[in-house]
Amino acid sequence: MSETAGAAPTADKTDTNRTTDTTDTTEAPAAGAAGAGSGRNTAASTPAGRMRALARAELTLLGRSRGTLFAALFVPLVLPLSLYSAADKMDLDEVGLSLGAVILPGAIGFSLLFAVYSSLVGVFVTRREELVLKRLRTGELRDVEILCGASLPSLATGLVQSLLLAAGCALLLDVAAPEAVHLSVLGLLLGLVLCAALAAVTAGFTRTTESAQVTAMPVLMVSMLGSGMMVPLEVLPDRLASFCELLPLTPAMTLLRGGFTGNLSGSETLFAVAAGVAWVLLAAFAVRRWFRWEPRR
Amino acid sequence: MQLNEHVIEVTDLRRVYGGGFEAVRGVSFSARRGEVFALLGTNGAGKTSTVELLEGLAVPSGGQVRIFGRDPYTERAAVRPRTGVMLQEGGFPSDLTVRETARMWAGSVSGARPPQEVLPLVGLAGKDDVRVKQLSGGERRRLDLALALLGDPEVLFLDEPTTGLDAEGRRDTWRLVRALRDNGTTVLLTTHYLEEAESLADRLAIMHKGRIAATGTPAEVTAAQPSRITFELPTGYFPGDLPPLDELGVTGHELDGRTVRLHTRELQRAATRLLVWAERTGVELKGLDVRSASLEEAFLGIAREASAHDLPEQGKNTTTGKEYAA
Repeated sequence: MSETAGAAPTADKTDTNRTTDTTDTTEAPAAGAAGAGSGRNTAASTPAGRMRALARAELTLLGRSRGTLFAALFVPLVLPLSLYSAADKMDLDEVGLSLGAVILPGAIGFSLLFAVYSSLVGVFVTRREELVLKRLRTGELRDVEILCGASLPSLATGLVQSLLLAAGCALLLDVAAPEAVHLSVLGLLLGLVLCAALAAVTAGFTRTTESAQVTAMPVLMVSMLGSGMMVPLEVLPDRLASFCELLPLTPAMTLLRGGFTGNLSGSETLFAVAAGVAWVLLAAFAVRRWFRWEPRR
Repeated sequence: MQLNEHVIEVTDLRRVYGGGFEAVRGVSFSARRGEVFALLGTNGAGKTSTVELLEGLAVPSGGQVRIFGRDPYTERAAVRPRTGVMLQEGGFPSDLTVRETARMWAGSVSGARPPQEVLPLVGLAGKDDVRVKQLSGGERRRLDLALALLGDPEVLFLDEPTTGLDAEGRRDTWRLVRALRDNGTTVLLTTHYLEEAESLADRLAIMHKGRIAATGTPAEVTAAQPSRITFELPTGYFPGDLPPLDELGVTGHELDGRTVRLHTRELQRAATRLLVWAERTGVELKGLDVRSASLEEAFLGIAREASAHDLPEQGKNTTTGKEYAA
């Protein structure tokens, strides 16, 4: 807000002459009220308004991109089924986990990865290669507003999907209500923000829209296998598990699952939150450092 | 706000790219409110590299840019609401329609005019529901121009605004730029069309290899250049058979096969004496072309001079006296 307030008053533009290009009837009816002015809307743009305009355009584009839409909507809803058969074979009782406490956080994790992370890598790279990001930077949108505004539709998809998955699991798998909802919510939010930031970092290392399929793989694979999405860390050997706790999406998954089981200790919670926040900060730094606004020439 | 105020001030601007290539090498100029200033140059002269610094897209490697007395990069929030930018190419998602694109831009611009008011100005009325990818190259340029105008900018940056437009579209754009100028908008445009600079610009700078080679009003830049007489040497005649060039008022000459090109600052005298000589000798000067200096001549002359300067082997184009005699 403050930066728009600092701008020179638009009234000193030579408004009175500006209407010569157009017929008077096309001017806003407020012309009379504005006195000598042309009646042009002189309201300064706001960060929220600018991001809303960008997010709306991105939502339209998301709706028109069949490939992205398929991956974002379909994969997180179908993969839980494969988890179901795998989880059935695990010795879950021994580690004190219910079937639902394995499948639901896993499914939400897939939603974060496919609906948010991998779709946003594609969005950032495509917009950069189309020179859209460069063009946006010539306007009033600040850099962070461009990234946030472009991320909003994918973040909303991930959020809605997670809620739908939770509702679906509650109905079909008879998952008990979360023991500590606030932890699950915190985990989800951390996961969403981190996935968007990681997508921007990945985009910085991705040259073309096609190669985004490849450059997104490391985060996808590592997270699926090591962050407790397909296999809960509880059933892994201790040493491997403690290494996996340091992976980017593990804190979010730990909090998500902990919210459902309610058996996360205070120190475990604290560690997960600290690690999650640290990853977000690290990713934000990496975006500043490596994000590219223009294609390489 | 006084009318003579310099809204664009550029001092000793430099831009060095990552690989060490110095695209802009100490450029200085300024533009007043309500002035059209053209940066003219061949491809690779450094026009776009310069304009991008003015737009605040990158930090200069040296020197200074001031728009309304402010730094367009560090004081972005203060400068952007008052500028409009049209990049050299692209910049819109191909799957959005014209209407959706305009709506997105209008939402990010302070005091945006309604898109349906601006799109007809650039001849895009009725294209509202066409996807950007289905627009022709010229239509895309015009959409870009429309969006640059949405916020009624005080300073408008146009990077090759008419490249890809047909003759009519080009005239339309020129008319629009003049109307904006008359309403007090400062326009900084780059072009490689000499005609465009000559017809639109109040002042211009010719860039060559990252430097400004000449600057002033189109008339000033042109006046600094000699006029030209071209003709084919009559069969059986040698350059030495022509009347002494000093007497013709010729300052320089070139011989290209049988084509003679004379440069002069006294066009009437040179032409008269040449024609009188032809009349007396009874020869026909085929392909005779007499023209006063144009911006094109100035442009080519500067490019030639500058590259002759760069190359160690001189006199590549302008023959010296002894070659003339040969």
